[in-house]
Amino acid sequence: MCALCGVLLTSHWAERDSGRRERVFRVRLLNRVLSHFGLELGDWGGRVYVLRDRKGKTAVVGDLGGLWTAAEALAGRPLDPLDADLVAALRGG
Amino acid sequence: MAERLPVVLVTGFLGSGKTTLLSRLLGRPELGETAVIVNELGEVGIDHHLLRRVDERTVLLGNGCLCCTLRGDLADELRDLLSRRTRGEIPPFRRVLVETTGLADPAPVLNTLLAEPVVSHHFEPAAVIATVDALNGEGQLEREPETLKQVLVADRLVVTKTDVAEREAVDTLAERLRGLNPAADLLEASFGEADPALLLAPGELDPRLLVLPDTPPHADVEPFVLFIDRPVDWTAFGIWLTMLLASRGADVLRVKGLLDVGAPGPVVLNGVQHVVHPPEHLEAWPDDDRRSRLVFIARGIGKDEVEKSLAAFDAAARRP
Repeated sequence: MCALCGVLLTSHWAERDSGRRERVFRVRLLNRVLSHFGLELGDWGGRVYVLRDRKGKTAVVGDLGGLWTAAEALAGRPLDPLDADLVAALRGG
Repeated sequence: MAERLPVVLVTGFLGSGKTTLLSRLLGRPELGETAVIVNELGEVGIDHHLLRRVDERTVLLGNGCLCCTLRGDLADELRDLLSRRTRGEIPPFRRVLVETTGLADPAPVLNTLLAEPVVSHHFEPAAVIATVDALNGEGQLEREPETLKQVLVADRLVVTKTDVAEREAVDTLAERLRGLNPAADLLEASFGEADPALLLAPGELDPRLLVLPDTPPHADVEPFVLFIDRPVDWTAFGIWLTMLLASRGADVLRVKGLLDVGAPGPVVLNGVQHVVHPPEHLEAWPDDDRRSRLVFIARGIGKDEVEKSLAAFDAAARRP
């Protein structure tokens, strides 16, 4: 909330102006990436994401900005998009 | 929502001529409705009714990342300017100029403008201007990490003291600066004189400048340009870039460019380490070249791996 004019404030740059359909698509695409690291993402009411590892540990994150830090903590290793295995997995389907 | 006020950041190493540039600039009639925030009041040496002084003070956030610190001093000052303007205690202003100290990292200033909730609602970064001294700039680029960072983050590079430097030295420095930061405009200032219209324009990308030198301009930095000749899925790009910046942000010093997302116009991207400006969707392309063009200024990251990775994320988005 802006203290001067009382307006609710911004969302993450990568999610700004996106509707419900794009959010569903984003979660599906994120799961293609996160599954490579043993993680799964769910959408909770279109407002927050719930990240889960295979042992059932979860983390709630608000946007893409917080997602990767939480994912790295759950996976216990860096999540690098330049990782050759990840790139091959995404290409291979 | 009310229009955000543009904030122009003037940075540059100690003695590189930023105060002279600022003083000359503020004497111009076009700069009449400008609030100015500086570190040293005495140095600017002009009587300006909206001149304010701050002590650089950073607030380290939880993740400990330097570029994601907030400049609490700047946020306080900007909020105070706003509330005093609202109360009618100071004249209205249409823009803010912020001069940093020579040792300041511009990234936290940008982060403050984009991430501090109240500030980001009322202000937006318009351009980062970095002054580089034609006499000492070459040496400072080698010796002073602050100078290098300021050059890489700039939207506009101003080579100063061209009146006292040899023409050849000015040209050599200019070529090196173009190689280091192909996303920046390059201007020259003699005795601090530069065209305000060129200096203060929004930090847009001039595609004609995207030519890289044959030899690396600095041992620690590898600028490269990705040209992509088909649309990139915007959702995939957002996932990819946020993931890249989360894992390699300290080494991705700059991302700037135009991205074809399959719409009539491109998306303008501008990021400094973890700090990304809200992307702007343009209605049309600025020239006949419809390819995506992204400038990366990075350390230890190769063009080939970035290109393959982005292509893989895009391919994943296009699979049913």
